[in-house]
Amino acid sequence: MKKLGFVGVMVAVFFMVGSATAGTLDDVKAKGYVQVGVNGDLFGFGKPDGKGVWKGLDVDTGRAIAVAVFGDPNKIKFIPLTAITRFTALQSGEIDVLCRNATRTLSRETALGLNFVQVNYYDGQGFLVPKALGVKSAKELDGAAVCVLPGTTTELNVADYFRSTGMKMKPVVIENTAELAKAFFAGRCDCLTSDASQLAGTRAVAPKPDDYIILPEIISKEPLAPVVRHGDDQWYDIVNMSVLAMINAEEMGITSKNIDEMLKSKDPKVQRFLGVSPGNGKALGLDEKFAYNIVKMVGNYGEVFDRNVGKNTLLKIERGLNALWKDGGLMYSPPFK
Amino acid sequence: MTVYSYDNSVDEIKPPATSVGVLGWMRSNLFSGWFNSVLTVLIVALLIKTVPPFVKWALIDSHWLPSGVGCGDGQGACWSVVTANLRFIIFGFYPHDLQWRPLLAMIILVVLLFYSQNRNHWRKALVWGWLVGLAVMGILLRGGLFGLPVVESSQWGGLPLTLLLSVFGLTAAYPVGVLLALGRQSEMLVVKSLSVVYIEMIRGVPLISLLFMSSVIFPLFLPEGVTVNKILRAQVAIILFTAAYIAEVVRGGLQAIPNGQYEAADSLGLNHVQIMRLIILPQALKIVIPPSVSILISAFKDTSLVVIIALYDLLKTTKSVLSDPKWMGFSAEAYIFLAVIYFLCCFFMSNYSRKLERELDTGL
Repeated sequence: MKKLGFVGVMVAVFFMVGSATAGTLDDVKAKGYVQVGVNGDLFGFGKPDGKGVWKGLDVDTGRAIAVAVFGDPNKIKFIPLTAITRFTALQSGEIDVLCRNATRTLSRETALGLNFVQVNYYDGQGFLVPKALGVKSAKELDGAAVCVLPGTTTELNVADYFRSTGMKMKPVVIENTAELAKAFFAGRCDCLTSDASQLAGTRAVAPKPDDYIILPEIISKEPLAPVVRHGDDQWYDIVNMSVLAMINAEEMGITSKNIDEMLKSKDPKVQRFLGVSPGNGKALGLDEKFAYNIVKMVGNYGEVFDRNVGKNTLLKIERGLNALWKDGGLMYSPPFK
Repeated sequence: MTVYSYDNSVDEIKPPATSVGVLGWMRSNLFSGWFNSVLTVLIVALLIKTVPPFVKWALIDSHWLPSGVGCGDGQGACWSVVTANLRFIIFGFYPHDLQWRPLLAMIILVVLLFYSQNRNHWRKALVWGWLVGLAVMGILLRGGLFGLPVVESSQWGGLPLTLLLSVFGLTAAYPVGVLLALGRQSEMLVVKSLSVVYIEMIRGVPLISLLFMSSVIFPLFLPEGVTVNKILRAQVAIILFTAAYIAEVVRGGLQAIPNGQYEAADSLGLNHVQIMRLIILPQALKIVIPPSVSILISAFKDTSLVVIIALYDLLKTTKSVLSDPKWMGFSAEAYIFLAVIYFLCCFFMSNYSRKLERELDTGL
């Protein structure tokens, strides 16, 4: 019987064999869509809305890649993945690129055989505390009960932080983000630790948001970036440049609204960027208008940020590290030439 | 002819008021001893403490509008989380304007199930009805024929996915389980040992680990670029898992059949297949209806474990809704709604099994 089951699986395999050729770009073009691994449960980054339409910063990054390849943001398939299945899905070729708030680390770049492209969100782990606790800094949290999600680097980071500062903590580990937030608001722990982007969301759903503050200390570096497999430099370049195109557009002051006027710009940098003077597209193996299409159909980085996590949303996250370098952030694009 | 006459002057003595009517019933059922009296009082106190507040929370003070107006007051239940997201919870990513298709498919399934409940309807035509029904459901879900746009299986979700995984999982697992049980009883060494190894191996690991293997380890064995549909992988894992449990239950039924039945069948000159098909299995399967149904019920609920491999079944769509900051605080309402759906399905199954048992009862 075991054999029967296995034969069934193998038969199914042969019905679903995709063509495996050398380049991801060729594969993607042959399929007619980009397969993007996303989170699925993270508001602001990757999550379907009430109508099943995907929304989020990572989702829009995926759309930018689809636009770069096809000139159409809908030639894309989103595959929701868990924290455990995400890298396997990429390694096995189930997805072409992973846009799922994955932190770039050395071991993931090397041992897992993955390449992280340009960071699309600089995050970091922080603490949310009730104002009533009277704590102004994370250094005063000695002996605190800390609410934390299990299984992610978050748990490890907070343990490291308390050990390195010689403080004691009582971890309160709860599996589900929503339940974790409830436990925190119910007073089961003194503080809640998570990535700062998520703390903003948690604070937004507090019964009285003004009763809670996010402490200034950021105890970890979480550069979140899209990921591709080792060994396909052309695809790496395409994904990388798709993210950078959005940053570069913001830097040049090009938005989805004014882009058609910018086409008439006399500035050679703008002309090269938008493909008015050709070169960039051919170098990547893409349409000359790929950057134009990305900004026109998805938006520049600032627009995407504001739309998904910024001041217009429930999260109300400040630009902070994610501002342009000109404004004191870390977003910086190499020249498009 | 003797005439009996009654002396009407004596009134009939009525039983004491405390032993008839409502009072009598209460006395014999609720207060028949000091222990039962204490229990009754405690339970009534508990009900008074819990039921009115629950009714107040769930019905009187509750909010139903999809806009979520008034939900923030922290008073009553906020059913808005369900009404506002009902279509996503039920249908997942299925394109919004095509959702009549899975709805129709589910209606066909329910109608077929209810029609099949009556054993008088069990004729050849019903088998064809099921085959046609399943084909129609498949076409409705998948599309691609008769001008229906194709909807990829990656967009299936919610209740249709839960039903798909359980209905196909259970119907495929049952025959496999019966074969495994027969294999384990077999006198052929290879068949027997393969069955034993399979059953013990699968029963030795939890379903979660099988699902993980099918979604995390299995793809790594395939050549690059070859992928197997995620739903199919989960489906196969569920079938393999449930079959092992059904096999052991059926084996119990086989062992309950007395040897005389085998001998009598032998003496009629039937061959092995005929003995099993005509004499042994009909009796054995009847015996194991109650444990089979409890396996089916638990398998139905187990399909919600596909959450961990990010398939958007009913539980996952609900969780996804709850991760929206707007609805984050209302998990109780959403989970109560889910519990009601699961309860209805499971209650239907157990009710049906009791009915089958009664009808098939031959007094043996």
